Amino acid sequence: MAAFGRIATSRAATHSPTVLIGYGLAAVLGAAAVAILALLLASGGDATDAPPYAYVGRVLGFTLWQALLSTVLSLLAAIPMTRALARQARFPGRLLLVRLCALPMVMPTIVGIFGVVAVYGGSGYLALAAQAIGLDWKPRLYGLGGILIAHVFFNLPLAIRLLLPAFASVPAESWRLAAQLGMGSRDIFRIIEIPLLRQQLPGIAIIIFMLCFTTFAVALTLGGGPRATTLEVAIYQALRFDFDLRLGAMLAILQIVFCAGGAWAVWRTGRQMMLGTSARLVAYRYDGRTRGARLADFGVILLGAIFLVLPILALVQKGLAGMIAAASLASLLRAGLISLGLGLAGGLTATVIGYLIAQARQRALSLGRKRGAMLLGLAGRLGLFVSPMVIGTGIFLAASGHIDLYRLAAAGVILLSAVMALPFVLGVLEPALEVAAERHDRLCAALGIVGWNRFCHIDWPTLRRPIATALALSSVIAMGDLGAIALFGNQDMVNLTLLLYSQLGAYRLDGAASTALILLALALVFYWTIERVVGGRELH
Amino acid sequence: MRAKTILASTILASACVVAAMPAFAEGKPVLTVYTYNSFTSEWGPGPALEKAFEADCACDLSWVALEDGAALLSRLKLEGKDTKADVVLGLDTNLTAETKATGLIAPHGADLSALALPIAWNDADFVPYDWGYFAFVYDTEKLPNPPRSLAELIDGKDAPKILIQDPRTSTPGLGLVMWLREVYGDKATDAWAGLKPKILTVTKGWSEAYGLFTQGEAPLVLSYTTSPAYHQIVENSERYQALVFPEGNYMQIEVAARIEGSAQPELAKSFLQFLISPEAQKVIPTTNYMYPVRDIGADLPAQFTALPKPTKSLLLSSEDAAANRDPWIKEWIDSVSQ
Repeated sequence: MAAFGRIATSRAATHSPTVLIGYGLAAVLGAAAVAILALLLASGGDATDAPPYAYVGRVLGFTLWQALLSTVLSLLAAIPMTRALARQARFPGRLLLVRLCALPMVMPTIVGIFGVVAVYGGSGYLALAAQAIGLDWKPRLYGLGGILIAHVFFNLPLAIRLLLPAFASVPAESWRLAAQLGMGSRDIFRIIEIPLLRQQLPGIAIIIFMLCFTTFAVALTLGGGPRATTLEVAIYQALRFDFDLRLGAMLAILQIVFCAGGAWAVWRTGRQMMLGTSARLVAYRYDGRTRGARLADFGVILLGAIFLVLPILALVQKGLAGMIAAASLASLLRAGLISLGLGLAGGLTATVIGYLIAQARQRALSLGRKRGAMLLGLAGRLGLFVSPMVIGTGIFLAASGHIDLYRLAAAGVILLSAVMALPFVLGVLEPALEVAAERHDRLCAALGIVGWNRFCHIDWPTLRRPIATALALSSVIAMGDLGAIALFGNQDMVNLTLLLYSQLGAYRLDGAASTALILLALALVFYWTIERVVGGRELH
Repeated sequence: MRAKTILASTILASACVVAAMPAFAEGKPVLTVYTYNSFTSEWGPGPALEKAFEADCACDLSWVALEDGAALLSRLKLEGKDTKADVVLGLDTNLTAETKATGLIAPHGADLSALALPIAWNDADFVPYDWGYFAFVYDTEKLPNPPRSLAELIDGKDAPKILIQDPRTSTPGLGLVMWLREVYGDKATDAWAGLKPKILTVTKGWSEAYGLFTQGEAPLVLSYTTSPAYHQIVENSERYQALVFPEGNYMQIEVAARIEGSAQPELAKSFLQFLISPEAQKVIPTTNYMYPVRDIGADLPAQFTALPKPTKSLLLSSEDAAANRDPWIKEWIDSVSQ
């Protein structure tokens, strides 16, 4: 009991060092974003004429529309699929399916596009199937439909991955109570699941909305023409081609305003849900046992699985066929090691920063400081709001003449990819910390358990699994990084993603397909290992 | 368990990064060359050129490999006089006027008398190191009767479908805009209107378009006349062929230049001269799949000699390209978005 010895004063409870560090980190992120934008606005670059308002307006309209549709569709598909997965907790392949959901996160955009095209394209599986049964029909992929299919393919698994722990966080006691009260599926949905979704969906919706809002290659390539231009294309054009830094910064601010506005609107719809305390037994659901429910659940799971697995299957098929043209073992091994190293380092950085910010946010929430909590959440999500292009331009503009960034390439890549992965860490940890605070805060305050003691004895054992999920997710995101590593251009730092793009640029499409397969397989094993080693087994 | 896991993984992570990065060469002067990353990949010309140049320069050639030519120019502008670059390699003639305007480029001082380009080259700042023609490449299995002229492609009904790149984000995409402008002048918008129904999609970069093409999404893709040489040399396949049009094909010339105020002016000059030496030029065809800038005789693979060559080479001056790029891209957006 010596570990529990320190008695906290109420002052220490409100201003613990970790909370202060969390505030500090959020402040640094916010200040960096403001500084970058101010710098770009001030330096101007080769300012062109008046901003093309009509063009920007049209582009903004399309960007919003497709992002909104993609988010709604992804969530509409994720809700029944996650519910079915939660109700049917044991069936062969379930774990594999859930883990496969991490793959689109690491998948380079171009690989995902090729996967979607291999299924829904003019010569894809669907077209071949139609041909085989004698139908004179070809899917028309290019246009809004193509963008939406690709966005749902990328984001549905993410939504499932983030939503599933929420279903698991409902205490076992609640399910028992529900069973004793004889609640049917509809009652359970109304009384337990809807409040749960209202609490969880906003955070997930924001992430997906922002991912789709800042999309670039998907919209251009599958959109069928320049009508499918997103704001990110305009930012790219302003910064890269026209070097009009002021216009680039203004477009970036526009993007932040819309993303933050969306986030604010969505957060307002969210509601706190009192989950209550639990003996932390494994939640065992008593519903979904009837034949009808099982049939419905497995139907939903099968449909979702087909949608997710088909493009991946196409990539596996191409990757295996391309193995004969694969890159040399030495370069694959090197690139693989660099991917893993940068992934783990970026993921650890993101998880530590994310934990501290989420803690500070939770403390602000507990003290009733809602605005403070929201600002902390926003600061942590800046990596999604601010275009990577803008961040890269700003960093090099700021460093020029002062710091030799090229020498700091490894640290720079790790830090940048951590900032990009941070929103996903927060997406996992924020709700988990809310539940933990609800369950343990009063007890810890009464017993005076604070700081490191509280982390070791209270938070770690209960938060271990969400922390593991956050670390696994952010590590595979950092592993798949392209933006940060391409920014520094260090010739000795080539990860699998960059290797793959080099192969594509050198006509080596088959070799690139095999690199993609290796990247995906490695990511799967990596994700699995982190979740298992850090998360441990399910507590009984 | 926790502390140990985190500690172990941190060490593992750093070890992976460190193990995968070779030690820095000590003592020798370093020549820093900014380029694009497909140039320095193991399939690009970079590694062979580095080895050959370092063999007798008593120096260390260090690449900074950025995304593409546009990224190179924007990085130079960001860094200004403080840039680390001694040489910049990988711009094309659409970008040279703008690069020159930064005031960061020093005269190359190289002897260009051995150059054998289809057009006369007497630029005092930029040294060309490879070149090619933009062309539509077609799939002979899907399209036995391809259009034989630009006019035929534009006037045809809804087929065959083509894959092109976006001029706002890609060099070939910009090349096609210039190409149609060179052929049709002010009537280019009509040409685009005719082309529009055939465009399956407009991709971000060359890789997306070429990938979709080889997946069989469309029988025609905007690429280079030299693209089929890759399939013939590496895959031993005649399936993909390039179309040369009687109206002419638009050229791309890739260039390098040295940076004013660099600490290694002599090394930079000798690198530029080396770049057009027979030794360096014979690396180009089978790595970048572009034409060498000088006659390398039997070192040019037979597949290259057998490629169809346009009778008419089109190329705008760098100044015209820079001055007209923005209005022409706007014109393109309007005519293709209709």
